[in-house]
Parts: sequence; structure tokens; C-alpha cells
Amino acid sequence: MIEFFNQYLIVLIALLLCIIMSILRVVFGPTIPDRVVGIDTINTIVIVGMVIFGAAYEEVIYIDVAIVYALLSFVSTLFIAKYLEGGEF
Amino acid sequence: MIFDIIIYIFLGIGVFFNVLAGVGLLRFPDVYTRLHAGTKCTTFGSIFLIGSVILIGLKMWWDGNVNGSVLSIHSIFALIAILLTNPVGAHAIARAAHRSGVMPAKAVVDDLKEKPVKKSVRRKTSTKTTINKEVGGQ
Repeated sequence: MIEFFNQYLIVLIALLLCIIMSILRVVFGPTIPDRVVGIDTINTIVIVGMVIFGAAYEEVIYIDVAIVYALLSFVSTLFIAKYLEGGEF
Repeated sequence: MIFDIIIYIFLGIGVFFNVLAGVGLLRFPDVYTRLHAGTKCTTFGSIFLIGSVILIGLKMWWDGNVNGSVLSIHSIFALIAILLTNPVGAHAIARAAHRSGVMPAKAVVDDLKEKPVKKSVRRKTSTKTTINKEVGGQ
């Protein structure tokens, strides 16, 4: 059992603060690309949080999940951009 | 001892830039400037945060834990995935925002306005020429 207040907990709280600010942009965004930008930022911060979580608990499986999450969020961002552009699939 | 100090400095730089990305995402007036803040600062901060995790894995491996090398190598692959996918996604979002008619804040003249029209004309002419070539060849 690791101790409670270590450096990883402080880093993850700061990343949670950043995610909350991005969620505020997603909720109050005037246009649709603003919300997409907020979603993209949340995706990147969640990937970094998963890597730090894996380093805190010394488990490798969280980092594998982070790699797959990065590639899937990239594909979803490209599809949302293609839909906003109004192009043909 | 010096290794721990380097790890803490990397964690501090990464957290600072990620929080800066969140503040910029809240305070900037425009889609493009928000994209600038939310993508570049997040990429730079995640480079330093995952770099600190790589150093933590190398330190575990140096101390005799075999699990640390696996942690370090998988973190390198996660960093490569972020570095490859983040600018491409930002470029796609910016192009989609411009094509869907979102103007920058306080903008009067749009210099890139005629570009989609030219592209559609070029595409039509290219299809016609290919059809003619196919007919001529037969």
C-alpha cells in the first residue's frame, strides 16, 4: 500500500482541475468546433493521467490501455472533423 | 538523489503546461486560438510528464525491478502515439472549422475564402479529362 499524499496524487489533482476547465468549455462553447476542441483536450489529458496512474501503482496494463485509448480517440476526432466539414465518407 | 530531483522538475513542468492549456482554453476568444492553446500546451506538457514516467521506469530497472523496463518502453510507445496523433487531429479540427464557416474573432477579410471553390472546379475538370482519356483509349 502506497502512502496517500505522494507526488502522483498532486499531479492527478492538477490534471483533474484541467479536465474540469475543459468540461466548462464543452458546456458553454458557442460553436460546435469549440466543443470538439474541448473533447480533444480531455482525451489527451486522460491519456497522460492513465500513464501516471500506471507509474503510481507500478502496473503496466494501464499504459497499454492508454495507448489504445490514444489511437481510438484520434480516429473519433478525425470522424467528427469529417462530419463537420460536410464531406462524403 | 539527483535522479529524483530531475523527476520532480519534469513533473512540475508538465503539470504547469497542462494547467496553462486549461486556462487558455477558458480565456481565449476564438476557436483557432483555443485550438492553439489546447493542443500545443497539452502536447508539450505530456512530453514532460511521460518523460518523467520513463525516468521512473529506468530508476526501477536500475534498482533491480524487472518490471521497470517494461513500464519505460510502453510509456515510450504511448508518447509516440500522442506525438503522432495530436497535431493531425488539431489540423483536421481547424480545417473543419474553417470549411464550416467559423470566422476568427474581430476578423474582417478572409483570405482563404476562395480555396474550396477552386478545389471543386479542379476536381470536376480532372474527372472530365480522365473520362475523355478512357474513351479515347478504347
